[in-house]
Amino acid sequence: MAQTRREMLIDPLVDNNPITLQVLGICSALAVTSSLQVALVMAIAVTMVTAFSSMFISMLRNHIPGSIRIIVQMVIIASLVIVVDQFLKAYAFEISKTLSVFVGLIITNCIVMGRAEAFAMKNPPIASFVDGIGNGLGYGLILMLVGIVRELFGAGSLFGITILPTVNNGGWYVPNGLLLLPPSAFFVIGLLIWAFRTWKPAQVEEREYKIQTVEAH
Amino acid sequence: MEALLSLAVKAIFVENLALSFFLGMCTFIAVSKKISTAIGLGVSVMAVQAITVPANNLILTNFLSPGALTWAGFPDVDLTFLGLISYIGVIAALVQILEMVLDKYFPPLYNALGVFLPLITVNCAIMGGSLFMVERDYNFSESLTYGVSSGFGWALAITAMAGVREKLKYSDIPDGLQGLGITFITAGLMAMAFMSFSGVKL
Repeated sequence: MAQTRREMLIDPLVDNNPITLQVLGICSALAVTSSLQVALVMAIAVTMVTAFSSMFISMLRNHIPGSIRIIVQMVIIASLVIVVDQFLKAYAFEISKTLSVFVGLIITNCIVMGRAEAFAMKNPPIASFVDGIGNGLGYGLILMLVGIVRELFGAGSLFGITILPTVNNGGWYVPNGLLLLPPSAFFVIGLLIWAFRTWKPAQVEEREYKIQTVEAH
Repeated sequence: MEALLSLAVKAIFVENLALSFFLGMCTFIAVSKKISTAIGLGVSVMAVQAITVPANNLILTNFLSPGALTWAGFPDVDLTFLGLISYIGVIAALVQILEMVLDKYFPPLYNALGVFLPLITVNCAIMGGSLFMVERDYNFSESLTYGVSSGFGWALAITAMAGVREKLKYSDIPDGLQGLGITFITAGLMAMAFMSFSGVKL
């Protein structure tokens, strides 16, 4: 591996982002972003689970038989998610209620499985840990960006603190209710991907069909 | 019966797993390029969902919930914290069993669905279905209905999506939006269409 630790940490933020390029872990990215606080908690939870599961799987990688590796990985991930779930229920009960099933769904979050399978099974524990943190942060970055757009323009606040006073509370801002509803998350991520790919043209996908331009006579 | 019917309609349209809870998005985006594969995957998800949600319901009521172990002499034991690990275990095991049964007794079906079955273990829609069943306290018949209809809703969404994408590949899309970007925006428009079902009551 020619990559340094620093590259491993920075690379997944933009150049190899788990959501916009690897298309992993989209489910929760869309569902938990209607408020920034919840998105932040989710990002931290996913980063923790990815980092530690990669580390443990990497420690055990020479002892796991190939045929049952998925089950072993699942058990490790599920145990870590139970820890996170119990922790949230104990210390942040309100947020754990809002996140409802999405904490449990970290188990099937493709980022965790994807990094375990693609990186941790082939690399030593510390490198896997750093890779897990990096991918968790890349995921968190998108989550925060989407969360900022949706909460700021949908409810006029950030972290629950009013930034744009809304009409209902005597201010001037008419909130865009659509941004709090599920479909807006798709649009915001779609536009975000557009922005990322305009900035880094190397990420643009090939067209399946070239459109022929007809010469004017 | 009426309650079950209204639960089914709600699970298929109003609370569509894919379009209003974003579950199973990874596969939803990755496998929706062709209608035939989308239908194959949709049917497998429906089958697995119909089995795992009621199975997990039985596990919850007979082993995990507080006081459920009275028959074994442990009336005070509450094992609900083991929920997540048991559900994912059940799902992984059932998918494996289903794969073997199909291979042995229904080879044509196995050939059609075989490639998708391993994908389903990590499909959040399956896990999500079980978790919603727990959160909403469904009983056995409700969870059976919910399993079938939520699976059907997911299959409907991915098939429709594949139909749109098959046409979409001929259109002139800005470079940056090509592929993933436009897929998200299409999914958003579909989610808006599905939202118009909200408020439908039977």
